[in-house]
Amino acid sequence: MILIVLISILFLGGVLAWLSEGLDSKFPRVVALTAVVIDLLVMMALVGADPDGSAWIVQLNAQWIPRFGISFHLAADGLSVLMMVLTAFLGIIAVASAWDEITERTGFFYFNLLWTLAGVIGVFTALDLFLFFFFWEIMLIPMYFIIAIWGHENKNYAAMKFFIFTQVSGMLMLISILVLAYFHYVQFGWFSFDYFDLLKVNTSGALGMWAMLGFFVAFSTKLPSFPFHSWLPDAHSQAPTAGSVILAGVLLKTGAYGLIRFAVPLFPEASMQFAPFAMTLAVISILYCAKVAFAQTDIKRLIAYTSISHMGFVMLGIYAWNEQALQGAVMTMLAHGLSAAALFMLAGGLQHRIHTRDMDHMGGFWAKVPRLSFVALFFSIAALGMPGLGNFVGEFLVLLGAFQASIAFTVAAAFGLIFASVYSLWVIQKIFHGAYRNSNFDDTHLSDLSRREMFYFGAMMIGLIWMGMYPQSFLDMSSATLTNLLNETGQLIFAQGSEL
Amino acid sequence: MITSFNDLLPLLPLLIVTATSVLVMLMIGIRRSYITTGFITITGLLAATLVAVSMMDWTNQQLTPLLIIDQYSLLFTVVVCASSMVLAILSFPYFFELDDEREEYFLLLTIATIGAIVMVSSNHFVSTVLGLETLSMSLYGMIAYPLHSAKSAKFPLEASFKYLVLSAAASAFILFGMALIYAQTGTLSFASVSKLPAAGLGDAYTIVALLMVVSGMAFKLSLAPFHMWTPDVYEGAPLPATAYLATVGKAAMFVVLLRFISISDALSFDSMVTVLTLIAAASMLVGNLLALLQDNLKRILAYSSIAHMGYLLLALVASHYVTGTIAVEAITFYLIAYVIMSLGAFGVASVISSSEKEFDSIKEYRGLFWRNPLLATAFIAMLLSLAGIPLTVGFIGKFYIFLSAVEAGLWMLLGVLVLGSGIGLYYYLRIIYRMFMPEKHVQPYRISGVEGVSSYAVLAILLFLLLLFGVYPAPIMSIVATASAFI
Repeated sequence: MILIVLISILFLGGVLAWLSEGLDSKFPRVVALTAVVIDLLVMMALVGADPDGSAWIVQLNAQWIPRFGISFHLAADGLSVLMMVLTAFLGIIAVASAWDEITERTGFFYFNLLWTLAGVIGVFTALDLFLFFFFWEIMLIPMYFIIAIWGHENKNYAAMKFFIFTQVSGMLMLISILVLAYFHYVQFGWFSFDYFDLLKVNTSGALGMWAMLGFFVAFSTKLPSFPFHSWLPDAHSQAPTAGSVILAGVLLKTGAYGLIRFAVPLFPEASMQFAPFAMTLAVISILYCAKVAFAQTDIKRLIAYTSISHMGFVMLGIYAWNEQALQGAVMTMLAHGLSAAALFMLAGGLQHRIHTRDMDHMGGFWAKVPRLSFVALFFSIAALGMPGLGNFVGEFLVLLGAFQASIAFTVAAAFGLIFASVYSLWVIQKIFHGAYRNSNFDDTHLSDLSRREMFYFGAMMIGLIWMGMYPQSFLDMSSATLTNLLNETGQLIFAQGSEL
Repeated sequence: MITSFNDLLPLLPLLIVTATSVLVMLMIGIRRSYITTGFITITGLLAATLVAVSMMDWTNQQLTPLLIIDQYSLLFTVVVCASSMVLAILSFPYFFELDDEREEYFLLLTIATIGAIVMVSSNHFVSTVLGLETLSMSLYGMIAYPLHSAKSAKFPLEASFKYLVLSAAASAFILFGMALIYAQTGTLSFASVSKLPAAGLGDAYTIVALLMVVSGMAFKLSLAPFHMWTPDVYEGAPLPATAYLATVGKAAMFVVLLRFISISDALSFDSMVTVLTLIAAASMLVGNLLALLQDNLKRILAYSSIAHMGYLLLALVASHYVTGTIAVEAITFYLIAYVIMSLGAFGVASVISSSEKEFDSIKEYRGLFWRNPLLATAFIAMLLSLAGIPLTVGFIGKFYIFLSAVEAGLWMLLGVLVLGSGIGLYYYLRIIYRMFMPEKHVQPYRISGVEGVSSYAVLAILLFLLLLFGVYPAPIMSIVATASAFI
C-alpha cells in the first residue's frame, strides 16, 4: 500500500501543481516541493524496515489483466529503497534548481517533473514486467516535454533524439519481455509476466541470448553505454537544469537498475556468455568517453560524457557479478547521482548567469565567485574519485570486484580514474583559475551562490561525504538484495567465462 | 430461409439503420431541415448501436447464406454504428455553414453505414460485393460533397474521382477473382475456396484467384503497393468524410479480409503467406517513411494509416502460425484501437475546421497547447496512441500484435515493425512539438457556436475510452476474446 501512496502522491501532486498555476504562477513550485518532501518522508518508513529474510520489505500484488497473467505487482527491497530515496532527494534538488530558472508555464513544468519522478519510482518498484515496461515508458514522455518545451537553442533535435533512442530500444525490450512470457507459456502452460514466475523460466539457447540482448540494448541505451550513448550529450546540453538533474541523477540509474534486477537474473546463462562483451563495452565507455569529454568546450556536454564514462564502471561492476563489484556498482550509482546532478546544476547556474556554456569564453572565475568555484572544485574532485567521498568507494569496490572476474578489463578500466583526474582538473583550471577572462558574454549577472543554492549544494556535499566516510550504512541496505540475486543466479562467477 | 418475423430479429441493427436512411430521405422530401435530419441520423445510429450491444450475448446464426450474425459481426456492427454516429456528430458543425444543400450528406452517411454493416456480417462473396459497393458509392458522394460550394476548402472533385476510378478497378479485381472461384466450384461462399484445388485446375489457379481477391481488398485497405490513392483522397475530401473512409471504411474491409482469409484457409498456400508478408513489410516501411516528408496533417494520417494496416496484416499472417485465437484477438483489438484513435485525431482537426477553412497543415497547430489545452491534450493522447505509447489503447494494441508475432515466430516482420514504429515516432512527435511552440503568428481557429458543443463531448468520450482501454483493458479484452472465438 505504501508503494501506491508513494507513486500517487507524485501523480496527484503533479496534477495539483498544474491546476494551482491558475491561482498564481508561483504556486506550482511550492506544491511540487511539498509533494516530493512528503514522498521522501513517507519513504523513510521503509528505510528502517527490517526485511524478513526474503529481502523484500513490502509487496503489493493485485490482478490487472488476467487474460495474460499480468498483475499490478509492486515491491521494494533494500536496493529499490536506496534508489527511491535517491530519486526523491534529487527530486527536491531538481525542484529547488528550477525554483527561479523556470518562469514560463510553471504549472505544466512541475507537472512533468513530478510525473517523471512517479514513473521512475514505478520502475524501481515494479515486479511485473509488463508494469515495469509501462512505467519505463511513462517516465519518458514528461521528460520529452521538459526538454522540448523548456530546453535551449536546439531543443527539438535533442528531445526527439532522446525519445526515439529510448523508445526504439524500449520496443526491443518489449519483444524480449514477450519472448520471455511466451517461454513461460510453453514451459508452464500459462502466461505470466510476474518477475518471480519468469525467474523460473529456463532461458538457455539461442533465443534466450537474443531476448537477453533486447533487455541489454534497452538498459544500456538508458545507462548509457557505448555505442548507444550519443543521445545523452545532446539531451543534457539542451535540457533545463532541473531536467539534467533528473536525467543524470535518476533516469540513467534506471538502466543500471534494470541490468541488476532483470537482465542478468532472468538470463543467467546468456549473461554469463555475454559478460566479456559487456565488460568490453564498459571499458570502451570508460576510456573513450573520458577522452571525448576532454575534447569538449561545452560544459554540459563535457559533464554528459563524464557521466557516460562513470556509468561504464557501473556496467563493469554489474557484469563482474560478485558481491564487491555489485556493491560498488550500487555505490557508484548513488554517488554519481549526487555528483553529476551537482555538476549539472553548477553548469546550469553558470549558464543562467552568463548565458553561455562555452568554456573557451570563461576563465579566472575564482576571484569573482569564490563560493561557486569552491563548490565546483568539491564536486569535480568527488567525481574524479577522491578518497573520502562516495564516488571513490563505489569505483574502488567495482575495480576490486572486477579484478576477481577479469584482470585485463580491470587494469584497462583503472586508467579511467587517471583520465577523470585529467579532465576534471583541466576544467577547474580553465574556468576558475588564471586571469579573469570574459571574451564574449555579459557578466553583469555573474553573482556568487545565493544562500538557497548553498543550502542544497551543502546537502549534496554531506551526502557524498557520508557515502565516502561511512559507506556501510548504504552497503547494509543493498547487501540482502544483492546476496539474494547472487544466490538466484547460482553464484555464477564470470571469472571462468571472461578470462581473456 | 426467412419464414417468420422472428427470423428478422438478428438483422435489427441493419434494419434500424436502413429505416433511418429512409426516414432521412422522406424528411428531405417533406421539408429540408439540417437540424432535424442530423438529429434523426444520430438517433438512428445510436439506437442501432445500443440494439447491437444488447444482442451480442445471444445471437449467433447464419441468416440466409449471405449474412452471418454472430458475436464477431455484432461487435463490429457496434464499432461501425458507433463510429458513424461519432462522425455524424462531428460532421454536423463542420457542414453547418456550407453554402449548398446540406441534408443529403446524412443520407449518404447512413447508406454507407448500411454497406459497412453488411460487410462485417458477410461470409459470402455476394454480400461482400453488395456491402462494399454500397459503402463505396456513398463514399464517392461524401468525398465530393462540398463540390458546388463556392468557398470549398479543398479539391473534393479530384479526390472523389480518383477514389471512384481506383476503387472501381479494385472492385473489378475482386469480381474477377470471384468469377475464377465460381467458375470451378459453382458457389460463392467463402468456404468454397477450400474446395478449389480439388476441383481440377490445381494450386496455381487457386492462387491466382486468391491473389485477385486479396489485391482488390488491399487496394481498399490502401496497403502498399496499392496505396497511391490514399494521401490525395484523404487530403482532398472534407475532414469528416476522410475520417469515415479511414475508420469505418477500413475496419469493415479488414473484417471481410479476416473472415475471407480464415474461412478460405488461403494461408495454407506458402505463396500467399509470402505475398502477405511482403505486403505487410512494405506497408509498414512505405507508410512510415513517406509520412516523414509531409507537412499536411491529413496526408500524415493517410500514410500512417498505411503503416497501421501493415501492422494489422502482420497479425493476419501470424494467425496462420499460432494456435488459439491470439492473432484474431490482436487484429480485433487493434482495429478497435485504430478506430478510436483515428476518430480522435480526425475529430480534433474537424472541430476547429469547417467546410470553408480546414486546419490541416501542421503549422496551424502551432501553440495549440497554450491556446486550447484540453483540445491539445486530446490530440496529443491520440497521437501518442497512434505511436503506441503506454497509458493509451494504442499501446495495448501494439502489445497484442507483438505478442502474436512472437508466438508465430515472425522475427523478420517484428524487426520491420520496430523499425517502422521508430520512424513513426518522428512524425507524431513533430506534430506534438508544434503544439508546444509559442503561439506567435497564428490564425484564429473557428469558434463554433452551440452546434459544436456535442463534438467536444464526443472527443471527451473518445479520450476517456482511449485511456480506459489503455489502463484497464481487462473488460474489453474479454469481450474481444469471446468474439474472436467465432472466427
